[in-house]
Amino acid sequence: MLSWLRGIGTVMGCGVSKSSQFHKNSRKAVTTIKAAVLIQRWYRQYVARTEMRRRYTWHIFQSIEYSGEQAQIKLYNFLGYLMDNFTPASSERNLISHIFREHEVCLDAEWERYFCYKNIEVPEVYSGPHLTFPLTVEQAVGLLEAFRNKKQLHSRYALQLLLETWKLLRMLPNINRISTCQSKEITICGDLHGQLEDLLLIFYKNGVPSLEKPYVFNGDFVDRGKDSIEILLILFSFLLVYPCDVYLNRGNHEDHLINLRYGFTKEVLTKYKIHGKRILKLLQKIFSWLPLATVIDQKVLVLHGGISDTTDLGVLARLDRHNYVSAMRPPKKRNSSSSGVSIDADLEEDIWNTSKIFQRRASVSYPKPLGPRDCFQNRSLQDFSGRIKVKMEDELESSRRRESVYQLAINRSEKDVLGVSNDSVTSYDNPKEEWRQILDLLWSDPMSQDGCIPNEVRGGGCYWGPDITEDFLNKHNMQLIIRSHECKQEGYEFCHNRKVLTLFSASNYYDVGSNRGAYVKLGPDLVPYVIQYQASSLTRELTARQSVGRTERSALKVLREQLFAHKSDLICAFKKFDKEATGLVSLNDWASAVESVMHLDLPWRMLCSQLVSCKSSDGTIDYNDWFNELAFKGPNAADHIDQSLLETLYRHRSTLETIFRIIDTDNSGFITVEDFRQTWKLLSVYLKMEITDEDISHLAVTIDSNNDGSIDIDEFMEAFRLTDKKSRLERGRSMFMGTVTDLTKLEGDPSI
Amino acid sequence: MAENRQHTETVSDIHKKITTAFKLFDYDANNTVDAREISTIVFSLGCFPSQADLHQIIAEVEEGSSGYVHLDTFLPVMTKVLLEHRFPPIPVEHILRAFEVLDKENKGHLEEGELTKYMTEEGEPFTNKEMEEMLAVLLNNKRGLVYYRDAVGLLGFDGVMK
Repeated sequence: MLSWLRGIGTVMGCGVSKSSQFHKNSRKAVTTIKAAVLIQRWYRQYVARTEMRRRYTWHIFQSIEYSGEQAQIKLYNFLGYLMDNFTPASSERNLISHIFREHEVCLDAEWERYFCYKNIEVPEVYSGPHLTFPLTVEQAVGLLEAFRNKKQLHSRYALQLLLETWKLLRMLPNINRISTCQSKEITICGDLHGQLEDLLLIFYKNGVPSLEKPYVFNGDFVDRGKDSIEILLILFSFLLVYPCDVYLNRGNHEDHLINLRYGFTKEVLTKYKIHGKRILKLLQKIFSWLPLATVIDQKVLVLHGGISDTTDLGVLARLDRHNYVSAMRPPKKRNSSSSGVSIDADLEEDIWNTSKIFQRRASVSYPKPLGPRDCFQNRSLQDFSGRIKVKMEDELESSRRRESVYQLAINRSEKDVLGVSNDSVTSYDNPKEEWRQILDLLWSDPMSQDGCIPNEVRGGGCYWGPDITEDFLNKHNMQLIIRSHECKQEGYEFCHNRKVLTLFSASNYYDVGSNRGAYVKLGPDLVPYVIQYQASSLTRELTARQSVGRTERSALKVLREQLFAHKSDLICAFKKFDKEATGLVSLNDWASAVESVMHLDLPWRMLCSQLVSCKSSDGTIDYNDWFNELAFKGPNAADHIDQSLLETLYRHRSTLETIFRIIDTDNSGFITVEDFRQTWKLLSVYLKMEITDEDISHLAVTIDSNNDGSIDIDEFMEAFRLTDKKSRLERGRSMFMGTVTDLTKLEGDPSI
Repeated sequence: MAENRQHTETVSDIHKKITTAFKLFDYDANNTVDAREISTIVFSLGCFPSQADLHQIIAEVEEGSSGYVHLDTFLPVMTKVLLEHRFPPIPVEHILRAFEVLDKENKGHLEEGELTKYMTEEGEPFTNKEMEEMLAVLLNNKRGLVYYRDAVGLLGFDGVMK
């Protein structure tokens, strides 16, 4: 029995031969100690291993999420570039000009007519809440209850509520200023992302907003989760009832162009089939009127993203925030002359050089896997630099063209005031600078190093260091910055010597059990008191470690799909390592090849055992076998479609859907066949791939089965299995109804 | 021979393994990690060190008293550890027998109180938090008993954390 103990450490020299009781006891004691040590060591190993898995699972989700955001911004930069470089005659240009142009030219009064709800009848069968204005707290609470019971608010009331909200928001300043006087504690919530369960949980634990219970909601109310519109309606209704006790800050997702990609647009159009378009249009205005930040007791700054080294609260307080409709679209100068000719050339440059604006004077060299910084300004161009070369002479040509293009654009509609309403006489100090200020506020992330550098991962805003925080707080005589924007395991995280607090209120954001949510209470002492929670009764019983297994499986599934979608490129990369065409690569080469294609900066070697089961005994991987392993059943509709085209479709499905929805300017859910063709032409340039007219016809024919010349976007995405039915938007919360035991068992069984 | 290839890793492979694990905790992409993450990294590389062993490693690699560890310091130290197989995995049977030693009456299970006493008082004691978590994982019934045979099977290390 003692032999197995020898390997562990020094035995305490007790002789086995002595038979006295003393020695027997001490030997027993030694054995007990040794046994305990073994078990402790074994358990600690298990804990560490689980922590590791949790860490890389997180990494996977976050990488994919951020690279999606980056792709979004790249897309807009690209479209902006195209707009300036295609001749007026080019049909692509017409298409893209849709995107950057607002068709509306109206006064607010005209808008109010457009948004009028009075003609909308509410049928008798409607079982949801009926609202009367001015709103009372009983009605707001009633709305909460109705949504809890899965009712939907009728579009008539929704429009009315939104109109009232719009009116109210227009009266608010850019920066809310509130105080904790009368020993009021202020509750601050972070990102909610359409997760109604979390909002309900917060109200349950903390109480609903009231005169005694003021709330600040720090942006990102919508997108990703499935109840974004309900969250907005609840927040707005409490805002209307308690305008001095509910404060909303704008987040980067309160932006209609972002919403096209991340699900909110689709959610509204699905839930409000007839009036969804108007609701979205109104929301576009409402978003632009949301305040940018909140200051508590002049000491605590609450905003969604963060700050930069140039953040200036004075500038932010003075600018006309509603002119910045989308962070994706830099402002155009309002046309002051009626003939509409002279355009500020500076601003045009902005559009082409959108990415240049993200360039900062960096104080720290920051090696990021996304490429050397001096190429960053060309990042948006790198996708098509091979196709479109801009030479010196072309530069001159193109700037001349640009001007004429704009002249034409303006002449076509001289009342075309892009994104600016006529109700205020504005004079920008410097619209470029103001736009940058807002972008920083809504998109930045903190980092541990000193300095301030562009946020390449997101594609907008910057990374700012503790020295920037220090300087900023000193300059404004403040003591704390509370921000959101980043998902945190525990729902919150302090950094920069506890001077910056990140708060995230959407629990289980990546998957069931992935993270907790948190909210903060701030009393007159301004010491933040954090409360954590996790929606879903199931996960409450689990420790963080136990839910790792589930989330991990989910992350790996997503990753496998991404890998499969890049099959052609991966095979190319593998072949480079497999010069003798054996079909095999070593583990190291596999990892290098995968990273070179995927650019997700993930620990591939560590993930290999989870992603590849066809490893041979000598540790090499047969990559063709691997793809067979990964393959998911392709769509039947596409039997006659080229395999690599399908792959491209799958890989870029988000971008594809986004472009469709952009083109669908009236948000009808349909685009014409002609626009469909144009989209593909655009995409082929953006993705640097050849798509023949024949290919496009095949695609169109598959969908436009009734030959009426229009294509249903949703049908298209579904026909090619491009919508993931289990995406966060569509699936319900608790899919898994097992007990804690079952889950622990599952965790140990890799085959489940 | 094929069997040999399976078991010998080159130094370069080992370096890659260590670097990958290290980078997962390198939040600022500057090849530095918080010293408190070292134990997780060492464990995840397949090692089973004692707490004392860990303290020693950390002392060796920490940058003074900054609380940080740089990859350049960590890499050679850890490579040596792996090449020497200094902290080999504990075979599952040994864990089982360790439990049997603690289960003095040969009941086939341990009471919650018993296990707690041993884990928090003997050997390299658990903190309260560690104990709570262990119980949450291992205690799967209302009677407060730990069926260690099942537990060992459940949390067994399959040695594949490369």
